[in-house]
Amino acid sequence: MTAPPHPESSPAACRGGVLDREGALAKLLIAPAVIYIAAMIGAPFVLAILYSLSDATTGDPGLRLVGLQNFQAALSDPVFRLALRNTFVFTLVSQSIVIVLSRILANALLKPFRGKGLVRFLVLLPWTAPISLGTIGWLWMYDSIFSPIDWVLRYLGLLGTATALLGPQTNLYWLGVPGLAMASVILVNVWRILPLATVIQLAGLSSIPRDLLEAAEVDGASPWRRTLMITIPLTLPIVSIAFLFGVVFTFTDLVVVYVLTRGGPVHMTQVLSSWTFFKGIEAGDLAQGAAISLFMFPVLAVVAVFILRMARRTEVV
Amino acid sequence: MGRVEIRGMSKLFGNVRAVDHVDLATNEGEFLVLLGPSGCGKTTLLRMIAGIEEPSGGDLLIDGRVVTHLPPRMRDIAMVFQSYALYPHMTVYKNIAFPLRARGVKKEAVRKKVEWAAEMFKIGRLLDRKPRELSGGERQRVALARAMVREPSVFLLDEPLSNLDALLRTSAREELRQFQRRVGVTTIYVTHDQIEAMGLGDRIVVMSQGKIRQIGTPMEIYQWPADTFVATFVGSPPMNLLEQEDVLLGFRPETFLPTDAVEGSEGVVTYPFEVTYLEYLGAERLVYGNVGEKSHARHVVSRLPGSLTLPLEAGKTYPFAVARRDLRQFDRKSGLARSGDAA
Amino acid sequence: MANLGKIARRGGLYTLLGGFAFFGAFPFYWMVIATFKRDHDLFSPLNNPFLFNEPPTLDHLRLLFFETHFVGYLVNTLLVGLAVVVITLLVAVPAAYSLARWARGWGEMLGIGIFLTYLVPPTILFIPLSRFAGFFGLQESLWSLILVYPTFTIPFCTWLLMGFFKTIPKDIEEQAMIDGLSRFGAMSKVVLPLSISGILTVVVFSFTLSMHEFIYALTFISVSAKKTVSIGVPTELVRGDVFQWGPLMAGALIASIPVAVVYTFFLDRFVAGFTMGAVK
Repeated sequence: MTAPPHPESSPAACRGGVLDREGALAKLLIAPAVIYIAAMIGAPFVLAILYSLSDATTGDPGLRLVGLQNFQAALSDPVFRLALRNTFVFTLVSQSIVIVLSRILANALLKPFRGKGLVRFLVLLPWTAPISLGTIGWLWMYDSIFSPIDWVLRYLGLLGTATALLGPQTNLYWLGVPGLAMASVILVNVWRILPLATVIQLAGLSSIPRDLLEAAEVDGASPWRRTLMITIPLTLPIVSIAFLFGVVFTFTDLVVVYVLTRGGPVHMTQVLSSWTFFKGIEAGDLAQGAAISLFMFPVLAVVAVFILRMARRTEVV
Repeated sequence: MGRVEIRGMSKLFGNVRAVDHVDLATNEGEFLVLLGPSGCGKTTLLRMIAGIEEPSGGDLLIDGRVVTHLPPRMRDIAMVFQSYALYPHMTVYKNIAFPLRARGVKKEAVRKKVEWAAEMFKIGRLLDRKPRELSGGERQRVALARAMVREPSVFLLDEPLSNLDALLRTSAREELRQFQRRVGVTTIYVTHDQIEAMGLGDRIVVMSQGKIRQIGTPMEIYQWPADTFVATFVGSPPMNLLEQEDVLLGFRPETFLPTDAVEGSEGVVTYPFEVTYLEYLGAERLVYGNVGEKSHARHVVSRLPGSLTLPLEAGKTYPFAVARRDLRQFDRKSGLARSGDAA
Repeated sequence: MANLGKIARRGGLYTLLGGFAFFGAFPFYWMVIATFKRDHDLFSPLNNPFLFNEPPTLDHLRLLFFETHFVGYLVNTLLVGLAVVVITLLVAVPAAYSLARWARGWGEMLGIGIFLTYLVPPTILFIPLSRFAGFFGLQESLWSLILVYPTFTIPFCTWLLMGFFKTIPKDIEEQAMIDGLSRFGAMSKVVLPLSISGILTVVVFSFTLSMHEFIYALTFISVSAKKTVSIGVPTELVRGDVFQWGPLMAGALIASIPVAVVYTFFLDRFVAGFTMGAVK
């Protein structure tokens, strides 16, 4: 009736190995991630700050600290101020449009209809395809000679004749005229973020328990009242998150501007990220480049705080 | 006030008849219970009365007015959902006020009515809280207050007690019944719990597979079930059924007693009862066993009151009997009740 | 009469959906057309751009595949993608498991910390990281990308997997430990097989995010043959000042559609990770 001596029951083995102790194992498992992030994000971030306080260039990359002169130089540079303004304008305008359009689209996608899979795929394309490649499609749309948009406008008589609404020229220089170029960039930003915002909003709308809307219906509320007093307040956290993520992606984006306009014409569509690239990498002024990029950080920090607060704020039903 | 008439109402989901040509009329001020297992159509029927489910056929009249296709807000009904459906982002006050505000009632009048409804359910002190800060019982009362604040003619409830724990359920059941008696509003109540139905209903509508099986008072349903479904669904343990030629004989466990204990002025039918298992439950004993020849042995249950202390052992056979007046007959093929004398 | 209203509303819905689908997809429609249109047709402003006015051609595809580095770009992108997937899995899976199971105190803070790394975007890091790459002699090498790309895959995938692991009940692991496995054994033999879905999601995202990446690739690599498709197509298919539209569109199309198809299937999980369980 007695069991044979079990090898694991000897005193030493009883304590188990490292693979059993929770505390040690926990730290071990998370160590690679922490080390990697510290080395590849933390350290470069510190370096970026140091560069911004130095006078380093790619030709002479030593870290000689010179105080805040890079930041001052940036602020007095009209191109920088233009880039700063553009970054805010492009972001806020495009994301405001996105939040309204995505809500409409999300509501439409909730309804039953045929061909949902295909519609979904097409609607999601701007986000699911690589951004640089999708933007190339727009490059053709905006071409100063071959633009299909211009062709349609000419076909409709809105362009190209003496009495045309938009003018007698055969093409609108979508990327060549400052105002139009800015609008073009904003449009591509809207195009790119719309799918992501829509999917997030869809998730939010589907999470409202059906009970609540039915109870409101029985309580006598009209569809407008139900939307205003129930749907909108309950989806506010998720809509805010969609908006904030859209803001982050647009605010820090380099690709759209780089591919479409390279920041032109005459820097009119320059944004902080593209200006950082041109100054810091192409022109080799590491210190200036770093300083310019760091102007983005405060905004991102504020946004991140808001995202975390919104994530906590969802109502427990 | 508060008469609901359902004429030939049906609901189809694809090919499935969730509700199959139901006819029903409530009496004014009565507490009517829709009872049945899951999927029998009781909730679908309730939702059609409320107006949140579109009927596939039939008519609905409330107080003589045809309301079959009218939206809920034009029907003068109120509903309490199983989950209570309290608006989580609004205070209790705002929740109760919501139906009034939806109808454009002025602020001062709203305040008076909300306080009146809150007082009725004793939740006045909770008016500033949010639903997530309330207990299950408190949430239920808020849902009731919200339903009553408009003083509707018909009151619909969808299993409102199933989310409460057992102890709370019995006291809530009592309060609900008393409240309904006081206010006198016609109430239609859906449940799958037959004890709840028996305790609450003035009349019970037993449903199965979209059809009504029987409508009657708790006593009528229990004592004179219309078919074998009602006989076995209502009553726990269910009615015993024995085959006899083309008839099923039914008798309730509490009528199946040791022969000496059965009082049968109209005659008594005896069965030798071989006991297999006993459960002592304090106020009563449940005795499980078999009657009939070995090859035709049928499982039956006897319910002995605690006062009957006759010692019984598993494995032994005892003479048990049922009074003739307690026997019921059901047609073996259709399951429907038959009148007439037992064999 | 009610039916007329219904038909109108249905029509309105389809128009709206069609409009949005068109808006999202029409640049890609042009890519398809331009890929097969003869140059002469393409570059005649008077020709209807929606249709083939001359018969379609495979010339652009031929040029793309045989006279440019496009195939090389695809290979490079594939290599980088796979390597990044492996690194991400090796780092994020244990980290996510650790955070999911032991979220007390520092665990919770670390989780948020990892999310906060998204505060420091590539546009701040690419200058110092380009110096790193130079310092380690990785300039113009795919390894620079392989080492840097996990900066945006690891945080997000850790977060995603954390949510995923939390849905696996602790009971199952405890049962495994009673049955004789160590905690590590329980993780690898019991939890991981149950998490195939989450892991697959991580694989797909790491790969697609690598494929989409532009800034680091643009910064670290300027040698044509070593480029990934994301930067190769926009920068290399130019002769002098003139874009070679045909091959350019073909390249963009070929590199976009497969990624898009796969990504579409997994987008719901992506969003769940994003919103961090804000949507329950």
